[in-house]
Amino acid sequence: MERTTLDLWVGAFVVAGVVALAILAFKVGNLSTYNASETYSLKASFNNIGGLKTTASVRSAGVLIGRVTEIKLNAERYEAEVTMSIDKRYQFPKDTLVSILTSGLLGEQYIGLKPGADDEMLKNGDAIKQSRSAMVLEDLIGQVVAGKAEATK
Amino acid sequence: MPVVKSVRNIGHRVTEGIWRIGFATHFFVLVLRNSGSSFRRFRLTVKELYFTGVMSLIIILVAGLFVGVVLGLQGYEILKRYGSESALGTLVALSLLRELGPVLAALLFAGRAGSAMTAEIGLMKASEQLAAMDMMAVSPLARVVAPRFWAGVISMPILSMIFSAMGVFGGYLVGVVYIGVDEGSFWSQMQASVDFQHDVLNGVFKSFVFGVAVTVISLFEGFDAPPTAEGVSRATTRTVVQSSLVILLLDVVLTAFMFRGN
Amino acid sequence: MSSQPLVEIRDVNFAYGSRPILKGINMTFHKGKVIAIMGGSGCGKSTLFRLIGGALRPTRGEVKIDGQVIHELNQQELYAMRRKMGVLFQFGALFTDMSVFDNVAFQMREHTDLPEEMIHDLVMMKLQTVGLRGTHALMPSELSGGMARRVALARTVALDPMLILYDEPFTGLDPISLTVVGDSIRRLNSALGATSVVVTHDVQESMKLVDYIYFIADGVIAAEGTPEEIQASDKPFVHQFVHGERDGPVPFHYPSGSYMQDLGVSI
Repeated sequence: MERTTLDLWVGAFVVAGVVALAILAFKVGNLSTYNASETYSLKASFNNIGGLKTTASVRSAGVLIGRVTEIKLNAERYEAEVTMSIDKRYQFPKDTLVSILTSGLLGEQYIGLKPGADDEMLKNGDAIKQSRSAMVLEDLIGQVVAGKAEATK
Repeated sequence: MPVVKSVRNIGHRVTEGIWRIGFATHFFVLVLRNSGSSFRRFRLTVKELYFTGVMSLIIILVAGLFVGVVLGLQGYEILKRYGSESALGTLVALSLLRELGPVLAALLFAGRAGSAMTAEIGLMKASEQLAAMDMMAVSPLARVVAPRFWAGVISMPILSMIFSAMGVFGGYLVGVVYIGVDEGSFWSQMQASVDFQHDVLNGVFKSFVFGVAVTVISLFEGFDAPPTAEGVSRATTRTVVQSSLVILLLDVVLTAFMFRGN
Repeated sequence: MSSQPLVEIRDVNFAYGSRPILKGINMTFHKGKVIAIMGGSGCGKSTLFRLIGGALRPTRGEVKIDGQVIHELNQQELYAMRRKMGVLFQFGALFTDMSVFDNVAFQMREHTDLPEEMIHDLVMMKLQTVGLRGTHALMPSELSGGMARRVALARTVALDPMLILYDEPFTGLDPISLTVVGDSIRRLNSALGATSVVVTHDVQESMKLVDYIYFIADGVIAAEGTPEEIQASDKPFVHQFVHGERDGPVPFHYPSGSYMQDLGVSI
């Protein structure tokens, strides 16, 4: 095997590897939407987060604007504290409503931000005051059953 | 006493297995220590990259495409029942990146390049080429084994990434071009759920670990093979069997650490 | 035997586990000589060969080369010593993935910083001495057995070693190649001023070219001397070996029980 042909093939092989990684990162993965821009973090507390997990998406009007980075339990108030990182390009007013939503009936859970009308904007590290917890199917069923029982009395 | 005999047999196999693991580990350390010239004279490694990497490319490309096509077809069948065909891209991409890409590429690599490495080193040993090299004051570990090791370790993640990329392309062909899933939702759902660090890089890391394991097993079996035609052919078989088992075992361990339900 | 010794083997014992192979071997190889080590199959010749090359450690005794005890050297010193040694393996052991040229150039490229043009000239000179300059572009698989052995010889002497070891250099060669190889061994030894050790069981061929012969049997030196002395020896073992007789001190039959009994014949 000629030395130059061998070099050519090995070079092509390595380039193919780099191209494959680039495809996986930008076309298949989320590197183009997520890590490309700078982010700031926001906090929110919920009574119940349901099945929310870290790396779950944060959306506003259906557009992906960030990710959940941390979930922990506040031991004093027994509330879930969720930290999320949001794309710097998107600013939200102070009275934004944060809620946990489900994509489709059985889909994964994500956080939705519904902006309010305040003039002041949320800054890095701020906590969102208004939150709506996840719908927990068992609670809903329980309420319906209880309601039925009430009605038949 | 047949019971005593079979218990003794088990004991014998276990001790022998542990001995071999010990020898292989020692061998691995020796290879690492003799790796200097693989980088100082990178030509040696480039030559082996051709034989391990480039020569495995065809089988990886074809297998990756077919696996992606099959994933697309089967995935569509199942997702259709829940009316979530648009998640097809997610299903194809995640199964390839996390599991099928690294594992299948490593299994194919063991069969294609690993067995070839064992046979080559075993034959060099049987024909006294390694002994001759040693007597010429050139360490066979540094000159023959280490460049093959590094070539394998470099090739494996590249092959695995190419496999996954081909697989996603295969899934796209079947899902979007053939069945007609909406192209926009195919890609956007995929991008929304595939995390670069969590899914792509973890998969690459897996394939790196598999690459180390397969090449060490292949080279050790070749280096340790009895210097006869029968010894070399047995060692080649052992390489494929052991590599496959080790890949699957390591996959269980790595998966348990990487994807603990979050 | 007036010149100074290059290799001294003092009371060397070697055993694989509890099975003794060599029992108290003493040998002295003088500079500029061609020495043969002979013996039947499995007598420990090859073990002795590997002891001299430093591939094995003796269980007792020592092998001294050029004043240094070979098994006391560390890896680096051993490799430094081996650069001054050339070894020809039984079937040549040419590197099958390199051309003839690259095989002969191997040590020059590994151990020296010579420019490629000079390596080219040196390789051509080495190949010329074994008469195979025309084969430089071939791969080892394209050579006949005799040619491969001669290329391996050229590779062995690539760095002009002071000690050349030959492991069964005559095995499996046709009569013409046999003469060519034997002739080359002699010529190279005097041209390089080296010392050659030939491990062989080919009596007739080696008688023609060596200065001194050691006979090994059962792990000890059974006889030694110049070819003339060996030829004239009346020791039964040597006589049997030199003249290739079927039965003698080395019995034709492997030790066994009664033949009658094995056949189930009762008297």
